[in-house]
Amino acid sequence: MKVRAQFAFVFNLDKCIGCHTCSVTCKNVWTNRKGVEYAWFNNVESKPGIGYPKNWANQEQWKGGWELKGGKLELKSGDRKSKLLNIFANPDMPEIDDYYEPFTYNYAHLQNAPLLEATPTARPQSQITGETMEKIHWGPNWEDDLAGEFDKRSKDKDMDGIQKEMYRQFENTFHMYLPRICNHCLNPACVAACPSGSIYKREEDGIVLVDQDKCRGWRMCISSCPYKKVFYNWESGKAEKCIGCYPRVESGMPTVCSESCVGRIRYNGIMLYDADKIETLASTQNEQDLYEAQCKIFLDPNDPSVIEAARTEGINEDWIIAAQKSPIYKMAIDWKIAFPMHPEFRTLPMVWYVPPLSPVQSQIDQGNLPVGPDGAIPLAGTMRTPIQYLANLLTAGKVAPVESALNRLIAMRSYQRSVHVEGVADTRALDKAGITEEQAKEMYRYLAIANYEDRFVIPTGHEEVRLEDFYAFQGQNGFTFGNDSSAGISKTSLFPERRKETVEVCVIQPLSKLK
Amino acid sequence: MFDLHTFVYGVFPYIATIVFLLGSWIRFDHEQYTWKSDSSQLLSKQNMRLMSNLFHVGILGIFLGHVAGMVMPHGLWVGLGISDLAHQWIAILAGLAFGGAVVTGGAMLWHRRMFNPRVRAASRWMDINILGWLVITACFGLLTIPLSIGHAVEGDVSTMLLLGEWIRSILILQPEPELIRNVDTVYKVHVFFGMSVFLFFPFTRLVHVWSAPIPYLFRAYQVVRTKRRL
Repeated sequence: MKVRAQFAFVFNLDKCIGCHTCSVTCKNVWTNRKGVEYAWFNNVESKPGIGYPKNWANQEQWKGGWELKGGKLELKSGDRKSKLLNIFANPDMPEIDDYYEPFTYNYAHLQNAPLLEATPTARPQSQITGETMEKIHWGPNWEDDLAGEFDKRSKDKDMDGIQKEMYRQFENTFHMYLPRICNHCLNPACVAACPSGSIYKREEDGIVLVDQDKCRGWRMCISSCPYKKVFYNWESGKAEKCIGCYPRVESGMPTVCSESCVGRIRYNGIMLYDADKIETLASTQNEQDLYEAQCKIFLDPNDPSVIEAARTEGINEDWIIAAQKSPIYKMAIDWKIAFPMHPEFRTLPMVWYVPPLSPVQSQIDQGNLPVGPDGAIPLAGTMRTPIQYLANLLTAGKVAPVESALNRLIAMRSYQRSVHVEGVADTRALDKAGITEEQAKEMYRYLAIANYEDRFVIPTGHEEVRLEDFYAFQGQNGFTFGNDSSAGISKTSLFPERRKETVEVCVIQPLSKLK
Repeated sequence: MFDLHTFVYGVFPYIATIVFLLGSWIRFDHEQYTWKSDSSQLLSKQNMRLMSNLFHVGILGIFLGHVAGMVMPHGLWVGLGISDLAHQWIAILAGLAFGGAVVTGGAMLWHRRMFNPRVRAASRWMDINILGWLVITACFGLLTIPLSIGHAVEGDVSTMLLLGEWIRSILILQPEPELIRNVDTVYKVHVFFGMSVFLFFPFTRLVHVWSAPIPYLFRAYQVVRTKRRL
């Protein structure tokens, strides 16, 4: 047993309102730079939909993640040799249009335009070429709230095996939001695919990072990540990805996306797992068993033998305590209401999701839906969102665990309703769903109240164990175009100078004028 | 007599080599962040498999061919039973194939770099220049082939031997620029352009050649780093 700690997430989809605050705060902090205008370390997709980048979940197209080749775990895009043979042109590389051409608007024109008959308009301008774009064809959230034709949206990979036509009708349509970040996987495909070995997993907290100095821009990580959450900065020529807000996390703060979440749907916590089991469990034969397999990799933080082993590995006491209080462990293991997204990619992702109950109250009020014994709470199988769809997203299509989770969420509501409305505790639904009254109360506290201290249980990083000079890194920051915290512009440098810092519409010369 | 020829073929090779080695070293040491292949495949993928593979395979073939044919001791090949004339024919054919690939792929890449608006906007001055320079160098290389064929048909291998001897004289630090004073101008121009590539090397994206990720073949898939002092 080799105990490692992992900084993990749960997103409670039941409460996500699709406000994109997470995306915007993340963008403002990490990707508001040239070369990554198109990159969203955090994005929120409207489902069903093909998502961002287009069709990312379809690995027949992108060849991301792992697969079993002759019973052995291998990158779906090919082994090491084939990586090197394809290094001059990566055949699975997405193009900028698969994300979208980043654009801004010529706002300056609103103020600088000469006197006109018509009101001046701010036309879109490409942030790559600086040229005016006649039409914007795609954006980071083009399918927002089910925008666009059903035919295109329903190409969503998770719609496979579902009677699509039924959901074409407005009355039957269903909708949910899916916020996505890097999954900081236990078996990351991006790390495995990196020819220069610049991507690594941190042993202390499992956050997956790209060493910006060591990255040579071979771009194999971009295509190998099945979640398409490693991005190519076309300005710096380096791969960039969600850094798990490690400077914040090391200080005991939640990530920016989690902290700013308006719906309080995000949970950050520590999970202890057995690193020796990674390969075996990721090689589980049947795709539908991968969710259960991943549950087996986690270690019980209250088990004395685990605690002993964790101490031997040098895991600090406060990390063990954090693991014991982990909201992630409660939801994923104790209550079994959270699931990894697309476990069939075999990367053992560490952002887990509580499936959403579809809002159907008005249907119940009109007596259109069957209800449970309390006469008010619907049955899991009669929700708007087909369980099969959620199962395709969360358990490689296995319905039972998702149904059980939904039943538990419903039972918790039924119980709380009985306590608060009827004034008598009705535990019939709880008994059926297999949870105790105590658990239901705790679930209510974590899911409905969602206090800050319950959502975020983050031990501080232990810099003191490695730093001799505590001030050595003062003033350094994350992503820069250059060494350390320099702005990357040095007029006297012998080596290729940076281009313009950012594309500003008012100063950029359209190419047509330069010719 | 010290003239331009002596400088270009007796001194310049050392300037180019020193800049190449020292420049690469300093850049590697100081500017890791700029050390990269600088791929633009994200911005435009069209035909990249064809263009980029032609160019890269061609240029690697050319490099290895030059090393084998002109840097390795002449005696080695003679010892292996390859006659000088056979040597020259092999060089002509390999040069034609790989040089043709470089010129074809390189010209396509250069066209893309110049006229694809996205790639152009993301190109540095030096990206356009070095690609053009490599293609021109390869073109001059191809232009030497008709002459070499002419020599080979007449059974004359002297030019090839002189060029090889000159390169080895440079490498053993006993430059003999006089050896190639009378070879055809096309060869000399090709040699000059080729040496200049080494001169420019550290200031361009070419540095990624140093980082060819061969160790990847022997590495474990997963990489874990720790902060702890081990």
